[in-house]
Amino acid sequence: MSPFDKPKGWTAPVRELGRAGLFLITAIRHMRLTRLQLGETLRQIYFAGVRSLVIIVTGGFFVGLVLTLQTYDTLTRFGAADAASTVLALSLFRELGPVLTTLLFAGRAGTSITAEIGLMRATEQLDAMDLMAIDPMERIVQPRLIAGIIAVPALTLIFNACAIFGGIVFAVFMMGNDVITFWGGMQASVELWRDFGHGMLKAVAFGVLAGWLAVYYGWTARPTGEGVALATTQTVIATAISVLMLDFVLSAFML
Amino acid sequence: MDNSTSIAATTPPAIRLDKVSLALGGRQILSDFSVEIPAGKVTAVMGPSGAGKTTVMRLITGQIKPDAGEVWLGDARVDTLKPRELNRLRRNVGVLLQNGALFTDLTAFDNVALPLREHSGLPEALIRRVALLKLQTVGLRGAADLYPREMSGGMNRRVAMARAMALDPDLMLYDEPFAGLDPISLGVSLRLIRDVNQALGTTSVVITHDVDEVAKLADIVCIIADQKLVASGAPQALDESDHPLVRQFIDGLPDGPVPFHYPAPSLESDLLGSSGANQ
Repeated sequence: MSPFDKPKGWTAPVRELGRAGLFLITAIRHMRLTRLQLGETLRQIYFAGVRSLVIIVTGGFFVGLVLTLQTYDTLTRFGAADAASTVLALSLFRELGPVLTTLLFAGRAGTSITAEIGLMRATEQLDAMDLMAIDPMERIVQPRLIAGIIAVPALTLIFNACAIFGGIVFAVFMMGNDVITFWGGMQASVELWRDFGHGMLKAVAFGVLAGWLAVYYGWTARPTGEGVALATTQTVIATAISVLMLDFVLSAFML
Repeated sequence: MDNSTSIAATTPPAIRLDKVSLALGGRQILSDFSVEIPAGKVTAVMGPSGAGKTTVMRLITGQIKPDAGEVWLGDARVDTLKPRELNRLRRNVGVLLQNGALFTDLTAFDNVALPLREHSGLPEALIRRVALLKLQTVGLRGAADLYPREMSGGMNRRVAMARAMALDPDLMLYDEPFAGLDPISLGVSLRLIRDVNQALGTTSVVITHDVDEVAKLADIVCIIADQKLVASGAPQALDESDHPLVRQFIDGLPDGPVPFHYPAPSLESDLLGSSGANQ
């Protein structure tokens, strides 16, 4: 069975999951740390991470703005407007930060990784690599997988910071609240490990998932224009669904 | 002349396919196929489209394994090698794929330097010299800093040729090296394949269906059709062959042993609607 022959029939989803799992195991088994590999991994972190900064910074800032706006509006009715920074920080650190960052990452970098690997197969670049006795799993898949695992937590940190800044802009500069009350409320209620640490653990798990699905769908893309287009769509859909499902599972265990 | 044994009698074979059978996607491509390719010569593997020429190349490189039969490269049986052994063997085989398959995110220089960096263990200063010399061989030292998207199709293929011979392999495989080339690029490719073969004593296998170019280039021609080797010998000898399939191929006849029409029910039954296949 060639990599791009998809399983058919009612057992297809289970077999696809099995194939994706075996693919991940193979990728991990092929991991090798050489100077060349390190350089390529850093390059991929730049492409997947640094180049996603615009969408992450903008997205984070506006999520912070709107979240603070909504919580302020609701909490003011109960005379608890001071708790807005607590709600913002907890919802960001625990859920929204890792989840939204991964969804944005899948749309920006995941699709690009999938399309790149799919096109490399379509233009015989993976074959050429294989024929030169260079393992494409090691040279192509591994750096992109690691880039996803490192970039998603790092981007989550930046997303959270930008969202909090958005919250300050709304609460302090637009609504005229006291900045010390805003920070004080957040510091008093957020626990480093239970809230922030658990959120970052989620971000690492989501990074593995987003990187894995992006390289898997690229690797198994049919070597045609239509095949690559389908694979990029699958990357976004599969990442979005599995991140939301995994988020619930992890939250249930962490609480 | 009608089979491969006549070639093998004079020169020891570099490649030997023995009674190979292979089906891909439910279609039989090769059946009981045998061929011997001598060392140090330029051998052209020809045949109609879909006859299995590229499949033969993929069997030689170990990219696919036969359903039955044996594939030998020198003393190594390719179809039974473990991945690690196969990789070691591949370092001694240069392959030029149909569209060059250059890495699009690397410059011409880095494409040529890649196999050297991976396998040679040479210091970077020496790798630079070797890569530049390889580019000089194909006339593209001046294009070392260009990316594949900045070069023409012919230039891309020449860089790919430089990359394929970067490690000075004993065997060079060329898959359709003349397809889609203008007359000047075609002339350049012909000269390069011949020069590499003569200068390095490389065994060269050229997969093609370009009859005119083969006459100028190849020492030996093998023609594949009907899942088998139907003829092999010097290009001039094939010119004189009266084998119907060889004649159809050499003369470019639209109909013959390889039929013009793809197998189908009779036109009458299709048009009068009795089969209902296309309704």
